Amino acid sequence: MELYVPILVLAVLAAGFAVFSVGIAPFTGPKRWNRAKLDAYECGIEPTPQPVGGGRFPLKYMITAMLFIVFDIEIIFLYPWAVAFDRLGVFGLVEMVLFIVTVLVAYAYVWRRRGLDWD
Amino acid sequence: MNNPGPTLSDFGHDPLWITIIKAVAIFVFLMLGVLFGVWTERKLISRMQHRYGPNRAGKFGLLQSVADGLKMGLKEDIMPRTVDKVIYLLAPVIIAVPAFLAFSVVPFGPMVWMFGHRTPLQLTDLPVAVLLVLATASIGVYGIVLAGWGSRSPYAVLGGLRSAAQVVSYEIAMGLSFVAVFLNAGTLSTSEIVAKQAGGGTWDILGLHIPTPSWYVFSLIPSFLIYAVCMLGETNRVPFDLPEGEGELVGGFHTEYSSSLKFAMFMLAEYVNVFTVSAMAITLFFGGWRAPWPISLWDGANTGWWPLLWFFAKLVIAFGFFVWVRASLPRVRYDQLMAFGWKVLIPLNLVWILLAATFKALRLPETDRMGIMAFGAVVIIVAFVVWLRFDTVNQRRREARAAQVEEEFEQLREEPAAGGFPVPALDLPHYHGAVPAARVPTDAKEVTSGSN
Repeated sequence: MELYVPILVLAVLAAGFAVFSVGIAPFTGPKRWNRAKLDAYECGIEPTPQPVGGGRFPLKYMITAMLFIVFDIEIIFLYPWAVAFDRLGVFGLVEMVLFIVTVLVAYAYVWRRRGLDWD
Repeated sequence: MNNPGPTLSDFGHDPLWITIIKAVAIFVFLMLGVLFGVWTERKLISRMQHRYGPNRAGKFGLLQSVADGLKMGLKEDIMPRTVDKVIYLLAPVIIAVPAFLAFSVVPFGPMVWMFGHRTPLQLTDLPVAVLLVLATASIGVYGIVLAGWGSRSPYAVLGGLRSAAQVVSYEIAMGLSFVAVFLNAGTLSTSEIVAKQAGGGTWDILGLHIPTPSWYVFSLIPSFLIYAVCMLGETNRVPFDLPEGEGELVGGFHTEYSSSLKFAMFMLAEYVNVFTVSAMAITLFFGGWRAPWPISLWDGANTGWWPLLWFFAKLVIAFGFFVWVRASLPRVRYDQLMAFGWKVLIPLNLVWILLAATFKALRLPETDRMGIMAFGAVVIIVAFVVWLRFDTVNQRRREARAAQVEEEFEQLREEPAAGGFPVPALDLPHYHGAVPAARVPTDAKEVTSGSN
């Protein structure tokens, strides 16, 4: 547990600095009220109203997020395998080839269904 | 060489005040690093573009960033009317804190005497230190997404989404490029990875003892090349700085943060992230704080406080690489960026990991070398057959598509208005968005722009 205390110390330091900076920002500058200034910036045109809660966004971002989770979990499996490779030996090698081939089948499927194409 | 440096068991014995001193030192180092890093970048890039760069504030313009920071503090802090206040204010904090945290596991040097205590020049180390760095990078993405989301402006939302998609895509390739290092080091702890790069063997040629390079950048060059691309993508730097593509998205996710201290947090986080990925490159591939070859012949090179200097020199060189890339390369297109990350880096990485594992297995003592080679041959042959089959199918598909395009082209030539070109469709959808929020009634006197 002692190993994590220093991280906490640095986190408190960084968070203190960030909160202080964000908190003090409104008080250090001048204040001149102007209606146009408080609109969202859209290159000078009347801003497009944004629905509360974010509204809709393109589906491809969600597909990217899902693929990220799939592959990220695969990486998590690779780490302990890599660290213990010396002890696993040939068994570990064969197992990992089979695992990666399985993942590649899914990967090829996603590629074929144009899941990796952006437009 | 003679001094392998601290290992995991050397950590966790510091009294709290030493820990606080080290944490403050890292914090100050990063703050000063950002101030002078910005100056270095502007100065270097100016020289590469045949101009002088900042040279007014202080000697050689050294105080330029300090002046810029002061100016940011003295600017009006504008919070647009439409923003989601809590998320909008939280985002700069969320992006800044994890940026600093990653540096807690970066090894700066070996064991030193600090006020009568023997302690490693590293804040802390974990059995899963590199995972901590990846985790903080992932939390940083929340800051980006929430900044875009909380701003509730189209440019900011799009910039935030783009940035998040880009960072997570390159994070996969980045995570995979580490695997070969762990495979060879057998640990995830940063101090032990540095110790593993301590000394290579020697080559005896004609009576000369030539030390073989022990840094992983030599033995695992494919991993490093992939990592070098990923660190540009991960930090949203040129040529992958699409989240801030100013031609199309103004400022991206931080469009709605006026040039006040809130914006300074985003700027700070960006540069600290650049330092973090550089420090990881140094730790994992360039021998960490160890002296480079000609210097390492000197016995004292890897002892005491000297390694701090080698680490700093490597960091400056790595940062120079970022600036050099920025001056040299144009920005890529977004679909190219995503295609490169998903279709090139990831499969290349997986194949390289299997290759590296095979080499490693061949070098293990008491191993069935013939068996491994036979297995490898089978895998390669099967892969080749599968690829041949795919190639044939792809070829056929391509021909069919070419024929289809040809046919459509013929059709269009007959009829000028076919396909809606050049006449635009008259029934394009109108925008049916939410109604504008009611103007907030206020008694404040309006100051028109430009009239102070």
